[in-house]
Amino acid sequence: MTAFVIRRLLQSAVVVFVMSLIVFFGVNVVGDPVDMLINPEADQEDIERAIRALGLDRPIGEQYFYFVKGALSGDFGRSFIFGEPALKLVLQRMPATFELAFTALVMAIVFGIPLGLYAGLRPNALSSKTIMAGSILGFSLPTFWVGLMLIMVFAVMLGWLPATGRGEVATFLGISSSLFTLDGLSHIILPAFNLALLKISLVIRLTRAGTREAIYQDYIKFARAKGLSENRIIFVHLLKNILIPVVTVLGLEFGNLVAFSVVTETIFAWPGMGKLLIDSIQQLDRPVIVAYLIVIVLLFVLINLIVDVLYSVLDPRVRIGESQT
Amino acid sequence: MSPARILCFAFVLASVSLATPALAKDLTIALASEPTSIDPHFHNLGPNNAFATHIFDRLVKTDEKQSLIHGLAVSWKPLDDTTWEFKLRKDVKFHDGSPFTADDVIFTFERAPNVPNSPSSYATYIKGKTVQKFDDHTVHIKTKRPYPLMPNDMSTFPIVSKKSGAGAKTEDFNSGKAAIGTGPYKFVEYVPGDRIVITRNDDYWGDKAKWDKVTFKPIKSGPSRVAALLAGDVDVIESVPTTDIERLKNEPKVQLSQGISNRVIYLHLDHDRDASPFVKAKDGSNIKNPLKDPRVRLAISKAINRDAIVERVMEDVAIKAGQLLPEGFFGVSPKLAPLEHDPNAAKKLLTDAGLANGFSITIHGPNDRYINDAKIAEAVAQMLTRIGIKTAVETMPRSVYFKRASRGGPDKTPEFSFILVGWGAGSGEASSPLKSLIHTYDKSRGFGASNRGRYSNAEIDKLIEDALATVDDAKRQKLLAKATEMAIADVAIIPLHYQVNTWAAKKGLKYKARTDERTVAMGVTE
Repeated sequence: MTAFVIRRLLQSAVVVFVMSLIVFFGVNVVGDPVDMLINPEADQEDIERAIRALGLDRPIGEQYFYFVKGALSGDFGRSFIFGEPALKLVLQRMPATFELAFTALVMAIVFGIPLGLYAGLRPNALSSKTIMAGSILGFSLPTFWVGLMLIMVFAVMLGWLPATGRGEVATFLGISSSLFTLDGLSHIILPAFNLALLKISLVIRLTRAGTREAIYQDYIKFARAKGLSENRIIFVHLLKNILIPVVTVLGLEFGNLVAFSVVTETIFAWPGMGKLLIDSIQQLDRPVIVAYLIVIVLLFVLINLIVDVLYSVLDPRVRIGESQT
Repeated sequence: MSPARILCFAFVLASVSLATPALAKDLTIALASEPTSIDPHFHNLGPNNAFATHIFDRLVKTDEKQSLIHGLAVSWKPLDDTTWEFKLRKDVKFHDGSPFTADDVIFTFERAPNVPNSPSSYATYIKGKTVQKFDDHTVHIKTKRPYPLMPNDMSTFPIVSKKSGAGAKTEDFNSGKAAIGTGPYKFVEYVPGDRIVITRNDDYWGDKAKWDKVTFKPIKSGPSRVAALLAGDVDVIESVPTTDIERLKNEPKVQLSQGISNRVIYLHLDHDRDASPFVKAKDGSNIKNPLKDPRVRLAISKAINRDAIVERVMEDVAIKAGQLLPEGFFGVSPKLAPLEHDPNAAKKLLTDAGLANGFSITIHGPNDRYINDAKIAEAVAQMLTRIGIKTAVETMPRSVYFKRASRGGPDKTPEFSFILVGWGAGSGEASSPLKSLIHTYDKSRGFGASNRGRYSNAEIDKLIEDALATVDDAKRQKLLAKATEMAIADVAIIPLHYQVNTWAAKKGLKYKARTDERTVAMGVTE
């Protein structure tokens, strides 16, 4: 296990390095931040002053050298727009995005697995067909449209939930989150559901497919022959076996939820990292884009690691295989 | 009364007094773009300048039409050609209770142009000026040459306190430690991307603020902003999307306010190169740049149906333009009206210019900068194609566009031949567009910084320079109007329309529309 983790970490270091190279040179090809930042009233002298202040007058290779030098000591440079350290800005927004992604993930599990299981066990029932049709809708409707519709129905027409923003934040066990206040919960329901919709559909389909496949396998038949109760067969034998692909996918999808909640965060004005990223891209705030992407790469690496560890908990064969190598 | 009763009574009293804050007047405003910092000298940018007016005052303030009014200075006058005297307001206190004096002004002059990492510095307004303290409430500002725009420049940067601002970094303003001004509101909290909260300054020297607490929430997405207003989450929104205006007019819960802005949307043409990269003959062969011929430029201007653009593309949320600034601003010409749409005259002008068969051209524009910018470019292209100028449209995000339009070509020259741009006159008078768009590009003297068509006319240059050295308002106004008239007659640029901005507030509130496009709590009335 230790060797496996160390190997993984070394691979990740290479990935992060290559990524930094691609991202840094990539964002430097597009446009010129000075045009986005400078006041139109500024004259040529002011423009040059701004170029110097941002360090953009230096050759790109030199800029990269300083970037790597700083990054190795945890300094990703200062945001052009906010003048604050880029990493600080990204980390500041991280809790908001995490709680949104976490809530969406919980929704995906809580709605997706039971519905998928139900549809898998009774494939021909009308209710199952409705669930499956619904999941297709969940896949195909564009996120921004669903988001606006949710706002229109639940905030504007019914007035049950707030339209945008993050609610009050409270601290519990050292963690600050809006999940600990009623106001916060009421704010998070709509954006989290919007973000979760696609994942719910995904989990439904995965669970259903797994169930359909596993139900005819010998161990289930044997369990039945042994006279085990239906509940035990479904919730212990069947569920445990079909959960592996679901856990893999959810693990990766959690990364996606965190990294690409851009649309949902923009529509619901959720002060998270996704909104920061899209703003930074539009305004060419290069240090923030780079810092964000590197944080996300690290995050994916970490999630994959956790998923691999979870496998070995769910499937003893993985454990045995590892100990033999 | 038994102790239990007293306790009970006290409890009722307490709960009543807890309930009364319902009377407190709170306001929530949704912003389309949020300030990037609380530091008023960090970033010379629209949202920052708008927000700073709540916490900080300037020597000279501007009203909603950008006319200059008294701020921290009670009067100003030129003492001689190169010295201005500003008399400062007495008995003004900063939020921390310390008095405002000439030392704070001097300190601001030192700090504002020298903020580290500033992406757009206020040095623009301060360089070339030296400030001297005459007494505690008088300062003298000297320039090398006569400088009539001194009061305008003094309306651009806020005065910070020397006591709390000395050594303060941008972070110290963002955390609130140094965010101490003399303004009508006091800083409470700044959570980037989420909210900025301010509260009333009861000791304000001027009209006391109307709202006990104001919260600004950045909601970038237009439809979400409208939804947040309709849902009652926010009280006022700025930049209402044009597509929603018609619907909101019929919405009983909402009150709209609209006002013309200082922003003109215009077309700039390549006046410089003999062979312009995006102008070709119809068969694709190279031709001599026809845009250098004033008849061709006039033909293009006449071919454009400004009424149609205003009505169809802008859904009536714009006013057609005939010069660089709408009427009512200082230095505009009373003689210039928007050019009438006349395709036949346009065709005749093309024939006179020897281009009866027309030519082909590409119009470049941004697609996320001005209201409906890409659609305007498409409309212009159709109108020009109708008179025989085959026009292709290419739009792109502003992050890419402005670099290419300003210096994307060889030797950092403008890349395009024919572009759609906008210009907001920050100073609120005509010298701003004349100096930046019409004057010959002159790097060493700071003229023509946004002259992306490289228009050059020595006579107009002289008028502009004379105006910028004429302290007498009446004389300067005439010079500016004359320069504008000549530039329009020569079709240096082709003005299309002035942008109209729209705010929406919940029923019972009203926003006083501002020409400088700022959204400020002081403009919200009941």
